[in-house]
Amino acid sequence: MPPIVSIKNVTKTYASGLQALKPINLDIRKGEIFALLGPNGAGKTTLINIICGIVTPSSGEIFADGHEIQRDYRPARAKIGLVPQELTTDRFETVWATTTFSRGLFGRAPDKAYVERILRDLSLWDRRKDQLQTLSGGMKRRVMIAKALSHEPTILFLDEPTAGVDVELRRDMWALVRRLRDNGVTIILTTHYIDEAEEMADRIGVINKGELILVEDKATLIKKLGKKQLTLVLQEPMTEIPPELGDWHLMLKAGGHELEYTFDANAERTGVPSLLRRITDIGVGFKDLNTTQSSLEDIFVSLVTERTGATA
Amino acid sequence: MNALTFNRHSVWAIYKFEMARALRTITQSIITPVMTTSLYFVVFGAAIGSRMTQVDGVPYGSFIVPGLIMLSLFTQSIFNGSFGIYFPKFVGTIYELLSAPISYLEIVVAYVGAAATKSIILGLLILTTASLFVPIRILHPEWMIAFLVLTSMTFSLFGFILGIWAQGFEQLQMIPMLIVTPLTFLGGSFYSISMLPPTWRTIALFNPVVYLISGFRWSFYGTSDVGVEISLAATLGFFIVCLLVVGWIFKTGYRLKS
Repeated sequence: MPPIVSIKNVTKTYASGLQALKPINLDIRKGEIFALLGPNGAGKTTLINIICGIVTPSSGEIFADGHEIQRDYRPARAKIGLVPQELTTDRFETVWATTTFSRGLFGRAPDKAYVERILRDLSLWDRRKDQLQTLSGGMKRRVMIAKALSHEPTILFLDEPTAGVDVELRRDMWALVRRLRDNGVTIILTTHYIDEAEEMADRIGVINKGELILVEDKATLIKKLGKKQLTLVLQEPMTEIPPELGDWHLMLKAGGHELEYTFDANAERTGVPSLLRRITDIGVGFKDLNTTQSSLEDIFVSLVTERTGATA
Repeated sequence: MNALTFNRHSVWAIYKFEMARALRTITQSIITPVMTTSLYFVVFGAAIGSRMTQVDGVPYGSFIVPGLIMLSLFTQSIFNGSFGIYFPKFVGTIYELLSAPISYLEIVVAYVGAAATKSIILGLLILTTASLFVPIRILHPEWMIAFLVLTSMTFSLFGFILGIWAQGFEQLQMIPMLIVTPLTFLGGSFYSISMLPPTWRTIALFNPVVYLISGFRWSFYGTSDVGVEISLAATLGFFIVCLLVVGWIFKTGYRLKS
């Protein structure tokens, strides 16, 4: 199946000389939720703004559902909805007026029933006659989503969709994004909330300093790069690690009450059985043990730190 | 939808949105300018006009009507044209316009069309109001409408350029307040430039507004400071210059796109 968004060698250097994007190549699959992770200033918003037509790329090509976004901008843009990071609203407009305006602006004929359905889905129907200035931040965020969905896009960009919203709304947003995906909408979201990507994404891209450093299925990524930790809770505290356990590069934690062993969960020989045998042999007693796996956040931090270290 | 088709839904959405804004702020967009112009009639028409003789065979109160309509057309067209595009820039909703499947020409048609419509309505309202104070005759109604429409469109387009250029409300006000209004006052709104001493008359001919007011006044009373063909050519010339500037703005993304 051809990708629904195809980014080919896209770069962006601003007039100030700042290189916001190094050559980016990325294909987004139809119907997936793709999370673009990266620290502030990594180039996430620049990339989204280029795809949506707000920023002009310095070079490269982008295709949205087969349409090149600059030459063939009308059908390309008609497919795309954007929820920007900032809560930018015309404060004097009503919820209904601003949503129907967006639908018309994107070239769609009026459809009251469709707009009503969106507003109901987003729990905005009861507030449809209210001016935007009377809404809370969370409700305004919903209005931004309603506007982006008003022209029935098949590709939806969510730039930091849950920045500054409360936990309940965040959960609602996640549920909404899943419903949209179930209805065939491809979602590309940027976030620096790792748990958001971990919760929702099918695939993850990591961008840092304008460079796409990794694109991977979420599960594969966690599996591939995931480190596991074995923690042994000792019966008696230790002051130092016995030399007989030197091969395992253990760490002494919790004031000498715990021994921690980090290992590659996918390796053929993890070293766990031999470690446990050795510990028993030398007479070190432990009363409990547990294992933990690296979260996406650990992976992300290690990737970005590694890159920063490599380029420093 | 390809690049050659006309995106009527988008154009209509912007046009309707802008007209709705004018209705919402009717005091500012309609009532205030009509009231201000009525005050001009009271001051210049009734108070001063009663002490003046006729100008070019037209009673002074009637003579100033076309100039006063033009004064409002210039200022309101610039205001409407500039505010329409500046406000989305100011509040950040411009992202929606830039990401919509709409051509630059359609954006201009929608915003300038709405701004010009508001100005034309205002001009006709002022004309109606003026007819309550002084006798008015329109010798060439078709040319009166043509000048009204062309001037509204031209200055709305000029306002649109200002709205894109301006980076703050001060800049938005600067050109209309410091350049356009003085040129209008000095351009024969309240007098015929034939009443000026020869040197000042020559200097006045460098003021483009003279040609616009003169042509419009000709459509009412058949008298003008300069030939009507020159007036029409000057208005069209300014319109084309504005169109070229707008074309350049959208081609380069000046103050719109990074």
